[in-house]
Amino acid sequence: MTTSPSSSAQGGHAETPEVPVVADQATPGVGPSEEGAFGTEQRGMFGIAGTGDTSGFGGLVRRPFIAPGAERPYGGYFDDVADALEAVYPDFGDAVTKVIIDRGEITFHVRREHLLSMVRKLRDDPALRFELLSSLSGVDYLGTEHRLHAVYHLTSLTFRRRIRLEVSCSVEDNHIPSVTGVYPTADWQERETWDLFGIIFDGHPGLTRIMMPDDWVGHPQRKDYPLGGIPVEYKGATIPPPDERRVYR
Amino acid sequence: MATTEDLYSGSRETTEGRVYNVAGGDWDSVLGGQDFDDERLVINMGPQHPSTHGVLRLVLELDGETVTDARAVIGYLHTGIEKNTEYRTWTQGTTFVTRMDYVAPLFNELVYCLGVEKLLGVEAPPRATMIRMLITEINRVSSHWVWLATGGMELGALTAMTNGFLAREKCLDVFEMITGLRMNHAYIRPGGVAQDLPEGGMERLHQWVRDTKKDLDGVEKLLRGQPIWIQRLKDVGWIGVEGCLSLGVTGPLLRAAGLPWDLRKVTPYMGYETFDFDVPTDTRGDCWARFVVRVAEMHESVKIVEQILARIEPGPVMVDDPKIAWPAQLKLEADGLGNSFEHVAKIMGGSMESLIHHFKLVTEGFRVPAGQVYQAIESPRGELGVHMVSDGGTRPYRMHFRDPSFVNLQALAAMSEGGLVADVIAAVASIDPIMGGVDR
Repeated sequence: MTTSPSSSAQGGHAETPEVPVVADQATPGVGPSEEGAFGTEQRGMFGIAGTGDTSGFGGLVRRPFIAPGAERPYGGYFDDVADALEAVYPDFGDAVTKVIIDRGEITFHVRREHLLSMVRKLRDDPALRFELLSSLSGVDYLGTEHRLHAVYHLTSLTFRRRIRLEVSCSVEDNHIPSVTGVYPTADWQERETWDLFGIIFDGHPGLTRIMMPDDWVGHPQRKDYPLGGIPVEYKGATIPPPDERRVYR
Repeated sequence: MATTEDLYSGSRETTEGRVYNVAGGDWDSVLGGQDFDDERLVINMGPQHPSTHGVLRLVLELDGETVTDARAVIGYLHTGIEKNTEYRTWTQGTTFVTRMDYVAPLFNELVYCLGVEKLLGVEAPPRATMIRMLITEINRVSSHWVWLATGGMELGALTAMTNGFLAREKCLDVFEMITGLRMNHAYIRPGGVAQDLPEGGMERLHQWVRDTKKDLDGVEKLLRGQPIWIQRLKDVGWIGVEGCLSLGVTGPLLRAAGLPWDLRKVTPYMGYETFDFDVPTDTRGDCWARFVVRVAEMHESVKIVEQILARIEPGPVMVDDPKIAWPAQLKLEADGLGNSFEHVAKIMGGSMESLIHHFKLVTEGFRVPAGQVYQAIESPRGELGVHMVSDGGTRPYRMHFRDPSFVNLQALAAMSEGGLVADVIAAVASIDPIMGGVDR
């Protein structure tokens, strides 16, 4: 796990030697798998650099959170879904790199080569029947190798079930196949994800910006894209824009 | 024909042939002496147009009066709310998300808070849940009133508009009484609600039920048998169940096409399974069916409100966890709503520790264990979902709202292509997109 640009920019503790790790942030026993790795490495108590950390926790390091992979049995309908998917999708073991059960929800991390054929099975197989793509959006896990994730929330109206698929890609190779052929509702949602995260959905009929103006440069929801804003002056005091204010992480 | 260059009504060659820009009533001078092989006309409608239901821009390709191609252009109200929440605490998020779908603000707050609570693993106390249901069901009614009012206005039924906004005003009065604000309430908070119902609130709510029933009867008398209203809506803007599901359309549009899919019934949350209400459906799938379904839903919401008023019991309205519950005790004084004097005295005078605790919770906020959740509720427009990611910090790592207006609006082309221009207006009105939610 490498230190991300933003944390090293605010860190200033790069020379700090071996430091303790906050127990509740790191999951022991799980290797640094990039799927499901969360956020950036943080140093110090409040993410403050340069001045004033008198708390004595200046050497503290919080490693990125890694959700532990789940083992069978998953519980509830999750086993039924996984069984049906394995039965109908022979490459399941190769396609699904990790399964996470957290807070009563199941997440399948899927290799992008398998996404299209898998969602077709998920929609059409009588034992699965995920007819509705409820939501499609992106998450930028800055600091991991495949930092751009596309997240698909599928709903089965027949069985009243929900599952989540997660597909990741890197900024340099930011291609993920489009699912518009299977779920036409993905049209605008993929355009939005392209616009805000810069994931190129191969096979989309017209992948253009949808939220930002057509001539916009950059992808605003990425973590290394600044929020923007100007300092506000009031009666002689200046308040910096929100992304430059002192924060407590 | 020798014409001088006209900045406003010139013409230019494009890859698809010569395109004429017409600014005024000068067709003859622009088109004089030219041959035309088709009457294809591309018109731009909006984003500043009284009939497009907000800052929605439509690009319509017409053949005579028939729409051959309809494209919606959105993004004019993009405010970056999702990005902004990444720079505020979990508590501050409520004040941002309430501004998305501004006609149903309490649903945004509700789904946000349910999502945060799912991440935290806490549950709001029963009275807070009841108040949340009560106020969102009233919000469902008020949202449908706005749909009726603006939809009616767009179709020329101005009495529907005046009556609808008048009836909605009564809902807003109730919101003002309970939350202090008519819109953008920030009333539902992670862990509960901002404050309990005010004194005399129950009597006002019973009065609201009586008023709303009367107003709904008025709609029946005004519109149900009105020939123009029927002709503008019947067999217009059709979409079936298959079309709805493939385009992700949920809510009244899906139910008006025939599928009784209401998240309050099929995947109950907050205890909706213990309430007696119906899911109105229709099989016609046109604008008229959506009118019928929405009006029936308003009746059902009033039914739920009556049941809540009969069942609600005293109790706390915020989760009993001082690490999460916002340390405030609001009270109405002569100079307005603010923290009560006793509460301030308790914080300031009680002990150093309580002052530190108050300061830390307000400035730093609470931490939410890392992970991600998806929470969906039934908003007046369909499935309102939130995908929330926490990295274990005091701020959301990523927040995405699956807004039903955004997804449903994709059905516009399917509903209006092949129909008349005038029916595009009826179709847009029946989708009821709120642009604040579409663009976020």
